Amino acid sequence: MDLIVYYASWALLSCGAFLCAVGGLGILRLPDFYSRQHAAGITDTLGSAFVLIGLMLQSGFSLNAAKLVMILIFLILTSPVATHAIAQAARQSGLEPKVVAEEDEA
Amino acid sequence: MIHVVDMTLLAFLALVAIAITRMTNLFATSVLTGVYSLLMACIFTVLDAVDVAFTEAAVGAGISTVLFLATLSLTTQREKPQRSPNWKALCVALLTGGALVYGTFDMPHFGDPQAPVHQHVGPHYIGVSPTQIGVPNMVTSVLASYRGYDTLGETAVIFTACMAVLLLLQHEKRRDEQSAVEEKPDKEAMEHAMILRVQSKFFIPLILLFGLYVQFHGDFGPGGGFQAGVIFAAGIILYSLVNGLDKARQIIPPNVLHGLVAFGLLLYAGTGLASLFMDGNFLQYRALAEEATHGEHIGILLIELGVGITVATVMTSMFFSFSGRRRS
Amino acid sequence: MFIAAMIGVLITMLMALVRALSGPTVFDRILAVNMFGTKTVLFIAVLGFLSGRPEFLDLALVYVLINFIGTIAILKFVRFGKVETA
Repeated sequence: MDLIVYYASWALLSCGAFLCAVGGLGILRLPDFYSRQHAAGITDTLGSAFVLIGLMLQSGFSLNAAKLVMILIFLILTSPVATHAIAQAARQSGLEPKVVAEEDEA
Repeated sequence: MIHVVDMTLLAFLALVAIAITRMTNLFATSVLTGVYSLLMACIFTVLDAVDVAFTEAAVGAGISTVLFLATLSLTTQREKPQRSPNWKALCVALLTGGALVYGTFDMPHFGDPQAPVHQHVGPHYIGVSPTQIGVPNMVTSVLASYRGYDTLGETAVIFTACMAVLLLLQHEKRRDEQSAVEEKPDKEAMEHAMILRVQSKFFIPLILLFGLYVQFHGDFGPGGGFQAGVIFAAGIILYSLVNGLDKARQIIPPNVLHGLVAFGLLLYAGTGLASLFMDGNFLQYRALAEEATHGEHIGILLIELGVGITVATVMTSMFFSFSGRRRS
Repeated sequence: MFIAAMIGVLITMLMALVRALSGPTVFDRILAVNMFGTKTVLFIAVLGFLSGRPEFLDLALVYVLINFIGTIAILKFVRFGKVETA
């Protein structure tokens, strides 16, 4: 049982770290603000959730697990709203998304 | 592994510092100072100085950035271009920096157990604090009891800073007539911000509750009056950002705010005076109760409360003063 | 295992930092700083477990709050404080 928990937490931590790194790569390489927004907002929340759940499995039933649950709840509450607020502020300030001209369907 | 993490963080810090000095867009630099504070907080955590990291993140990355931006909205956003590099200033800076670096060669190595700082005062406090004060967090016991007089001075400094800001940026009474005109564009924007408003209704009570937790948990873990005050102020600032400055001013009238600023400091000094009246010295908490450690606990509780009240109301009134001005 | 997570978080911090330093618009920088704050939260949590002292999770909790409030404050000032968005 302990071994399962250990491997599950290892898998979750690696997935979480990988997702965060992918998000960082996206924010660096994507061409436009709005596409970077996608990369940052999605991977932020999900990657952090994976890492925090992996840490929770490591610490069993204790005060630390309760604090990690609180951090997870706060993160899930605030990260999507912050993403939405940034995108809305950008749109209202007139930042236009980069539109690639459509090729004719030939 | 910790050394690798340490060096990576210090490299990031150097990168951000160089970028701050080279950029001319002041908005970007104030946002980057927030990043700098977050990095410093990480480094403090790696060095096991958790109370300091707590305060650094709360103040540096939160309140400081907000106040910088409030100032920027009143002034220009571009740095004035320098006409020619200032060679004299560079020489003075290099000489002073070089002298300081030369001075560090004589200091003991970092973490050396034979250093004087680890020989005299440190072991004494570590040995004596559990029995004399009985509070698990030794940072709190040193801050609040053994060096309580210094902390009184720090609180007085915060109080003085608030006085200075209020004197310089006093909210004009005439704004009440202007606010009717300015409210219309704000109303439109508030409708766009509905998601934010709904979410903050759930979130702000949690923030304030967490501030109370940090305040009273400072005896057992990282926390204490300063950090709790900043978190409390951050909750009120969030309310004011989402719902408008006028509503926040209605909920917390400025008179009450200013009164509480003074009350916090008076509570702190009053505890010292109370122990004076009860046959002790100034700020000698053991005189406050029958049993010595009980008196210490009461004393620490009261002064941390005083510090928390002062810091929270100072930060809030500074934010109200800054954002109550419009560029004329 | 914690080392892998720590390396991932540090790499992401570096990439967010580069975007914050070079973002052409103001909103790129705000996005990058928001991401940097979330990664700091993860950094503190993983560091606690890495060094065997996970009692410092209060710090991570505070950073989540401060990060959010900082982002909203920056956005309000950009929107209403007439900060240039170039």
